[in-house]
Amino acid sequence: MKNPLSIIGSVILAALSELGRLSVFSATAISHMVRPPLYWRLIAQQMWFIGYNSLPVVGLTALFTGAALAQQIFIGGSRFNAESVVPGVVVIAIVRELGPVLGGLMVAGRVSSAMAAELGTMRVTEQIDALVTLSTDPFKYLITPRLIAAVITLPLLILVANTLGVLGGYIIGTERLDLNGTTYLQVTIDFMKAADVYSSLVKAAVFGFFIALMGSYHGYNSRGGAQGVGKATTNAVVSAFIAILISNLVITVIVFGGAS
Amino acid sequence: MSNSPMIQLTDVKKGFPPKQILNGVDLSVEKGQSLVIIGGSGSGKSVTLKCVLGLMQPDSGSIRVNGKETTNQSGRGRKKMLRSFGMLFQGGALFDSIPVWENVAFGLIHGNGHNKSDAKEIAIEKLRRVGLSPDVASLSPSELSGGMQKRVGLARAIAAEPEIIFFDEPTTGLDPIMADVINDLIVECVQDLGATTLTITHDMASARKIADHIAMLYEGKIIWHGPKGDIDQSGNAYVEQFINGSAEGPIEMALFKP
Ligand SMILES: Nc1ncnc2c1ncn2[C@@H]1O[C@H](COP(=O)(O)OP(=O)(O)OP(=O)(O)O)[C@@H](O)[C@H]1O
Ligand SMILES: [Mg+2]
Repeated sequence: MKNPLSIIGSVILAALSELGRLSVFSATAISHMVRPPLYWRLIAQQMWFIGYNSLPVVGLTALFTGAALAQQIFIGGSRFNAESVVPGVVVIAIVRELGPVLGGLMVAGRVSSAMAAELGTMRVTEQIDALVTLSTDPFKYLITPRLIAAVITLPLLILVANTLGVLGGYIIGTERLDLNGTTYLQVTIDFMKAADVYSSLVKAAVFGFFIALMGSYHGYNSRGGAQGVGKATTNAVVSAFIAILISNLVITVIVFGGAS
Repeated sequence: MSNSPMIQLTDVKKGFPPKQILNGVDLSVEKGQSLVIIGGSGSGKSVTLKCVLGLMQPDSGSIRVNGKETTNQSGRGRKKMLRSFGMLFQGGALFDSIPVWENVAFGLIHGNGHNKSDAKEIAIEKLRRVGLSPDVASLSPSELSGGMQKRVGLARAIAAEPEIIFFDEPTTGLDPIMADVINDLIVECVQDLGATTLTITHDMASARKIADHIAMLYEGKIIWHGPKGDIDQSGNAYVEQFINGSAEGPIEMALFKP
């Protein structure tokens, strides 16, 4: 029977060394962002893959969440005769939290897994080794374009998500809850602060970084054939989810922790 | 320096704890020579090759390419060395996200800085060299048969006219006729370029065809090394068992050792 303390200790050590490897991995990838050449064609390809192909699922999620939110806030607000808070609460909830977080999670499910599967397959079929023997840095060619593309694309996607989320609330608000359309939009605009939008975009960029990082890291380091690739895919999604949720809280506390 | 061996391994060790894979490999390949390393599955042939290519770091020992130590090389020195290498991977390792011609031209475009249209021309020429028609050029690698993929891999390995070419099991997974075609192509291409080659295989027919010299890797060491003509009189029980493909002999005993 092993000493429980030593088990806990070795688990913590393993987690720390994994974190260390992840940091070295991201530092290497970032260092290639500032060293030419950059593969613009690959960045564009990845932006298309991440952004355009994620639009439907991210858009639908935001639209329906915004709509459901408006309905719930209306019910809650009406207990205090405060139905007019609907547009304000919807826009804050969507832009500050739900738009970026739900959008980020949706994209992570699609993109981290796809990246891990693609890079993992390249690893186990020796395509990554082949890149090296053809004097091409795999970080520069495979990882950095994915990171850059995700960091640029996620804010754009989340901008769309936020807009559609507010639209979802507007549609329910005006069609079902008899709120005045012009007033709804006016209140929305009045409530939204610049900091809300900035924080939303910063969150999106950070989430994009983690989505591509986790997908790349687990795919790049996968081993052990098809089973290894499958494991890498799952780990990529799970760790991207965790990174998104934690970094979201950190950014929220930093930006909004002080006051209102 | 001019008559130092093209590739020289001295006492190379590599382990993946708890297993020791290479246990002091000594090996040298002269300029223009073709050395084939034979050995059973899991004996560490691919690991040896990866150490020479710099895809893996040996735990200790020295690896010299053209007289230059490679094990502690900087990024730039390594890149220069890699430009003089060509490599045919066991499974082809073709990039499936780009068409066949771009695979062949990859090293020319990304490593040597050729522009795309020149590189494409060279790629089509190399494809012809390995017996593939130009209409294959625009296909995706996944549309090709195993034998065709091997040919594309070979075209990619020779595209930049390397001084040293590595072949990892060039004939596994091919029928005997296609295997022989690939062997012939390898011999021709290597002669064209005057290249030095290092091949690993467990296909004896292929080894006899490609090699000038043969070395056998067993339990992490080179246990026999000599001109290919001598292999039938090696006087080494392990080598004899291996080339006869017999289940009876010292190697079986070793495999079932706990
Ligand atoms: N990255 C790695 N991590 C751990 N063990 C490894 C790694 N690469 C190789 N090995 C181990 O090293 C041993 C030798 O592997 P290698 O691929 O060199 O065999 P091989 O001689 O090429 O065999 P085959 O003819 O089947 O290709 C195997 O037991 C393998 O499990
Ligand atoms: Mg092998």
